[in-house]
Amino acid sequence: MATSKRRGSGGSRVLPQLEKARTGIAGFDEITRGGVPKGRPTIICGGPGCGKTMFAVEFLVRGATQFGEPGVLMTFEETAAEMTKNVASLGFDLNDLSARKKLMIDYVRIEPAEIEETGTYDLEGLFIRLQYAVDSIGAKRVVLDTLEAVFSGFSNQGLLRAEIRRLFRWLKERGLTTIVTAERGEGTLTRFGLEEYVSDCVIFLDHRVNEQVSTRRMRVIKYRGSSHGADEYPFLIDEQGFSVLPSTSLGLNHPVSSQRVSSGVKELDDMLEGKGYYRGSSILVSGTAGSGKSSLGAHLAEQACKEGKRCLHIAFEESPQQTVRNMRSVGINLEPYVKKGLLRLEAWRPTQSGLEMHLLRIHKLVERYDPAIVIIDPVTNLMVGNRHEIHAMLMRLLDFLKTRQITAFFTSLTLGGQALERTEVQISSLIDTWLLVRDVELNGERNRCIYILKSRGMAHSNQVREFVMTRNGIRLLPVYVGAGTVLTGSARFSQEAREKAEESVRLHEANEKSKALEAKRKALEARIAALRAEFAEEEDSVAQTTKREEERELAVARDIAKMASLRGSKLPRNDQGA
Amino acid sequence: MGATKKVAASVKKKEKDRGAQMFELRLYVAGQTPKSLAALANLKKICHQHLEGRYRLHVIDLVKTPQLAHGDQILAIPTLVRNLPVPIRKIIGDLSDVERVLVGLNLVENGSSK
Repeated sequence: MATSKRRGSGGSRVLPQLEKARTGIAGFDEITRGGVPKGRPTIICGGPGCGKTMFAVEFLVRGATQFGEPGVLMTFEETAAEMTKNVASLGFDLNDLSARKKLMIDYVRIEPAEIEETGTYDLEGLFIRLQYAVDSIGAKRVVLDTLEAVFSGFSNQGLLRAEIRRLFRWLKERGLTTIVTAERGEGTLTRFGLEEYVSDCVIFLDHRVNEQVSTRRMRVIKYRGSSHGADEYPFLIDEQGFSVLPSTSLGLNHPVSSQRVSSGVKELDDMLEGKGYYRGSSILVSGTAGSGKSSLGAHLAEQACKEGKRCLHIAFEESPQQTVRNMRSVGINLEPYVKKGLLRLEAWRPTQSGLEMHLLRIHKLVERYDPAIVIIDPVTNLMVGNRHEIHAMLMRLLDFLKTRQITAFFTSLTLGGQALERTEVQISSLIDTWLLVRDVELNGERNRCIYILKSRGMAHSNQVREFVMTRNGIRLLPVYVGAGTVLTGSARFSQEAREKAEESVRLHEANEKSKALEAKRKALEARIAALRAEFAEEEDSVAQTTKREEERELAVARDIAKMASLRGSKLPRNDQGA
Repeated sequence: MGATKKVAASVKKKEKDRGAQMFELRLYVAGQTPKSLAALANLKKICHQHLEGRYRLHVIDLVKTPQLAHGDQILAIPTLVRNLPVPIRKIIGDLSDVERVLVGLNLVENGSSK
């Protein structure tokens, strides 16, 4: 409601704008930039069962409870008790409001069978009743549901038209913000042409069935003196009342964040600059059935919850209990987060309603729950209907999530045999980060590879990684890249084993060789040592010989000297002198 | 028109049938408008002619007592409500068409007005 408030007052800028009364109906005030014209009548028209009465009643209830404007409900078709019962399913307690003088219900019963017309009359009784009801609670809002019923009760059409014209003037004069419901007619907006009296605002509700799926839509046909969204907007009536899905496209001016959100898988974060996804970005994981897309989502959810952020997980194929159980098998325990209220698991059948209804439901959940991350698993289940529509609708959803800075994680199922990159044409261009999980069939087994097809605003890895689901979650392994092929799974394993064996053989051989060399070296060294020893021996013997020779020479010299002394006489002096 | 004679005869027969049955009538008006005044005058004349002595008439001015409009489901003004005898009948307008008023009050057969 905050947005509509802003628009209601601040959006007027310089130009004086038509004063509006907020309805409090989710989305409607945004489309009409503030609500219905204040103090004037508005027509809600449409076929039977399109939600006219619900809209009108909610307008009164919200007026009474949220905006302090009591209201009068003048009903021509249902009694007060029936009406109370009908809207109780929307959580509105009309009895309580009546007791608190915030609402007054006046049931106008028209029984043509018991009425006889004689001469001229007018509908002053209706005016008096309305005046009385308005005065008794100080009403600011009035609903006439369905005013046209008076046409069945009275035969003088000319008079009725004059009286209805007078009624609308009367309502305007009193500044009563009025909603008049009217049945749709053949070729006209209302069966009795009420729109010619109410020229301020005409809203058309429609309930159509397309491919067995019903969708409710709303269109503001005319809003004098005000700009308004002119498209058809889908709306929903559920236990919280009426809600309209606004925002065709908010344009591309949403805030961007450079904050990162971890994917919960370390290796994947590594591939994304080591930090993970951008906050508020949209992530698409596509792959065939059973390729682990949901587990990637669960990782993200777990990681977010670990950091204390809220996460909304919407599944179209598994019940919440099943999701919890299945994720436990890959080591992701979501249960504590569900209990803590951080993780909200929602599941419903995609066939339950049309695309717009799904999106509206998501809208409502997001509004109520305000998560940091929204996971939709798989988004492909929403893709029923025409391509154009899907594209527009998903764009609406993404715009909505982006303006709220919510990280959107979608999984997308591709059928086997389809070109992966072509099937998501409707959505791929809207996506910021696109991961592809691909099967590789080789050697009688299926293995998974993951790569990043694109990731806006970051230098992401271009590598293909093998994607393995273990009991402790997802792991991304580097794949075998060598000899011109990419191998995964057991092929990678056997290739690695083979390489390892070859390596060890090579290693062994080298080892042997070096051992032999060592032995040779040792042998050579031994020989060198032997030669050295021989040489040393020779040297030794030579030295001894020399010594002996010297000794012998000395001895010879001594002998000569001795002999000379023995012959001595000739040399006595020498001898004496010696 | 021959119808008038027929009506008169039929009224006589009815009156005989019903005997002393009381008529409880309420005339709802909104202030002293010409239509309201005409209706009251016409009604008094009819009652005098056809219901002398066996009717009770309340005139309710919704301008003074608007809360009473809901009870008899009044929309058109003026409205004459026949509460008794049952079933309840409503006659709207200024009651200028005597024949239709009599039909409305069930004082003549429905079919006879055709």
